Amino acid sequence: MEHQPKITPELVASHGLKPDEYERILKLIGREPSFTELGIFSAMWNEHCSYKSSRIHLRGLPTKAPWVLVGPGENAGVIDIGDGQAIVFKMESHNHPSFIEPYQGATTGVGGILRDVFTMGARPIACLNALSFGAPEHPKTRHLVGGVVAGVGGYGNSFGVPTVGGQVRFHTRYDGNILVNAMAVGLARTDGIFLAAASGVNMPIVYLGSKTGRDGIHGATMASAEFDDDSGEKRPTVQVGDPFAEKLLLEACLEIMAKDCVIAIQDMGAAGLTCSAVEMGAKGDLGVDLDLDSVPTRETGMSAYEMMLSESQERMLMVLKPEKEKEAEAIFRKWGLDFAVVGYTTPTKRFVVKHGGNVMADLPIKELGDEAPLYDRPHIASEPLAIIHARDIAPPLSIADALEKLIGSPELCSRRWVWEQYDHVIGGNTVQRPGGDAAVVRIEDGPKGLAMTVDVTPRYCEADPFEGGKQAVAEAWRNITAVGGKPLAITDNLNFGNPERPEIMGQFVGCLKGIAAACTALDFPVVSGNVSLYNETNGRGILPTPSIGGVGLLDDFTKSATLAFKAEDEAILLIGDTQGWLGQSVYLRDICGREEGAPPPVDLAVEKRNGDVVRGMIHAGTATAVHDLSDGGLLVALAEMAMAGNIGATLDAAPSALVPHGYWFGEDQGRYLVTVRDSDLLGVLSKLKAVEVPCVQIGKTGGDAIAIAGERPVSIEALRSAFEAWFPNYMAGRG
Amino acid sequence: MKSAVLVFPGINRERDMARTLKLVSGHEPTMVWHAETSLPKGTDLVVLPGGFSYGDYLRCGAIAARSPVMDAVRKFADDGGLVLGVCNGFQILCESGLLPGILMRNARLKFICHDVHLRVERSDTPFTRGYNAGQVIRVPVAHGEGNYAADAETIKRLDGDGRVLYRYCSASGEVGDTHNINGAAQSIAGIVNERGNVLGMMPHPENHVEDIMGCTDGRGLFAGLAAHLERAA
Repeated sequence: MEHQPKITPELVASHGLKPDEYERILKLIGREPSFTELGIFSAMWNEHCSYKSSRIHLRGLPTKAPWVLVGPGENAGVIDIGDGQAIVFKMESHNHPSFIEPYQGATTGVGGILRDVFTMGARPIACLNALSFGAPEHPKTRHLVGGVVAGVGGYGNSFGVPTVGGQVRFHTRYDGNILVNAMAVGLARTDGIFLAAASGVNMPIVYLGSKTGRDGIHGATMASAEFDDDSGEKRPTVQVGDPFAEKLLLEACLEIMAKDCVIAIQDMGAAGLTCSAVEMGAKGDLGVDLDLDSVPTRETGMSAYEMMLSESQERMLMVLKPEKEKEAEAIFRKWGLDFAVVGYTTPTKRFVVKHGGNVMADLPIKELGDEAPLYDRPHIASEPLAIIHARDIAPPLSIADALEKLIGSPELCSRRWVWEQYDHVIGGNTVQRPGGDAAVVRIEDGPKGLAMTVDVTPRYCEADPFEGGKQAVAEAWRNITAVGGKPLAITDNLNFGNPERPEIMGQFVGCLKGIAAACTALDFPVVSGNVSLYNETNGRGILPTPSIGGVGLLDDFTKSATLAFKAEDEAILLIGDTQGWLGQSVYLRDICGREEGAPPPVDLAVEKRNGDVVRGMIHAGTATAVHDLSDGGLLVALAEMAMAGNIGATLDAAPSALVPHGYWFGEDQGRYLVTVRDSDLLGVLSKLKAVEVPCVQIGKTGGDAIAIAGERPVSIEALRSAFEAWFPNYMAGRG
Repeated sequence: MKSAVLVFPGINRERDMARTLKLVSGHEPTMVWHAETSLPKGTDLVVLPGGFSYGDYLRCGAIAARSPVMDAVRKFADDGGLVLGVCNGFQILCESGLLPGILMRNARLKFICHDVHLRVERSDTPFTRGYNAGQVIRVPVAHGEGNYAADAETIKRLDGDGRVLYRYCSASGEVGDTHNINGAAQSIAGIVNERGNVLGMMPHPENHVEDIMGCTDGRGLFAGLAAHLERAA
């Protein structure tokens, strides 16, 4: 029998288990755990797998709607889009591994989320991501950006899914703890959704995919700890991705699902074999007997402990219909993948692990998951910040100079350098490529299309967690609306600092309340998600970053709107109310050097009303170009529309009631820029008036510059060169 | 047109290719697994689609080039059958000896995905008859290793024999370093073998065949092939 270290308080602590949590284990099993059992508990009870600090608050999220088929708790969420079609999607973080080893951390993040989606029976049709890096001038940032982007592309491109959208941001608060959030979206049949719950006693449990190695042992535990300066030494806990194996696994899984061989399926993600086997059994009210001697291994001499905790990638666990076992095996062999019966379901509700003829673990299966610690950690709400009035801010630059500077800034410049490394056209269904408000992908041969986006404004969340949480959801809803989609549901990826600090827990609780409020008001439920806590280095937390991945439906993808100006002499309408809100704006931070004030509030009823009107205009064909207003405000949005369409604009001066820089760069919420043909203008204006949606014509399209009355015109060419220059220059070391 | 699309493990644009062949020619292609030792009877076009066969962990295309089905493809080509290799398919054709040269890492060492312009060098081939000589078309690329290279003698022969069918160029058709997206010798995007019946190209014409894709310039290649095969039939 393999060597079993003695269980000491130090060993327990090194497994990330607190003394009281260890006491709980002793009480639960009535004896000292074996080494393997200790490993299993640490894998199941860490923050990453157990959601012990967050569960209590996640319950407050709205998760239901008539179109929701599967909500949180499975590998991914599922919504019904009609015609027997379902969309399966989820977002997940791979933050800590990506900081330590950016390429592999990012690849395995993408691989993990793709697996979550096809495990449920869906063929992935799109990927998105949200990446947060440290300040550009931080010595590690350039290397991390290069590695993460190459890794995201390296996996998705080879696997063969278009990466169609995302976010990239820089902020010094991510210097020591970057965020890599990957979202995958798949298409399935509503009658072909596969779940994790096993059913039936004595059913074979089959191991599929790549072999098990020593990589990633305790990865989930690492993901549940803070970083310090020696975190680089945790490199061996980062897994290595193999997109080729995953592509084979995808094709093989879809093939055996189509042949009706599968009862239950669970991918081996965090905490590998342990977590997947326990979940299959626990969800099905069954026990599981595993015989590790049958597990395909990459290395010799692996212990039970190592096999149970390995996070080797591209592996699956399935319960197959016994009569279909041979057929399924033949399909897996055809694809050159490992296939091994590693255990059986039992009626005992115990999780029994055997290795070399010895029982290495024998634990109550339900309790491993359900009895995980649950904490209602102390939390204190953030102090509200003062509202900043634009009239109290002296503009350091002219409007034209500020525009040029903002459009070429790290925050607002083009992300082309990033997304041109992602294959975004594979599949032949990409209707709207990266760079717009939301990506649009055709569903099979159409006419339906799917709109997708990832959004959050972390500086708002930091300044006011509740408003920031609301805003993240509202912006995702707005972006889907701006392309003409009907927003259906979201996945959330909640990245926060150390939950043991009450102020961080306060941010978490506040953001969740905001998210819940917005989801409820906008009928935009949460169907899947992931929580990533302990995003801190040396006690300094990241900005609270609840990334929201939204999905919406277009009945006819050919009617989707884009942000590019379409023709000269069209009226430019500003829809929504403008106060000139500069608090927490990019302008205030990057032009005035002040990162302060209360963020713009989101009035959810107004948000819904304005968005519904804009979507109606898109469907009616009266909106020729549409763009939502977000970071950088009105003038930055307008510049983006001009660059995309290569058509300028002539604009009236700011209204006299507003301070010009507040008007042009304020970030008031719930607003859109829309262009309409002259012939439609009067009709549109009277319709908007009838439904009491604020709308003003601010100018006309035309020319080759943005010309504001009384300001120096800024040519599209100058804007474009600033917009496109920053990223490649920075990455080449010239920035 | 009776086309066969080869499926190697790790290939990922086979569905795009099959859909385009069906769309343009009206005929559904047959998907042929790499372990097959023969092609379907009556095949008149073999297509090697894009992707990452065997993960491209070795030299790209090197393992697929040694698949059982490739012996049948070689024989098919020797008999004069038309073979089209796109992206990874081009790499596989080079590795299998059906085309000269190799594809190296892009000069800037990064994967690139964006639209490019190609100059169609001649129109009197089955692979270009859907275009005019000198016509500029716009199609996407998506590759990390598309930098075509061969010894000087080979490049000279390719040029002299008119075997370069597609070159990277500007929107108005100028060829030069600034438009050579991956550093390929002589801006080569696509070449044929000596006999003119095997084409390898890096860009993806199959991804620009419908309005939804933003451009339909890729159609000409497939429409030309279909017309050629109709006439031959």
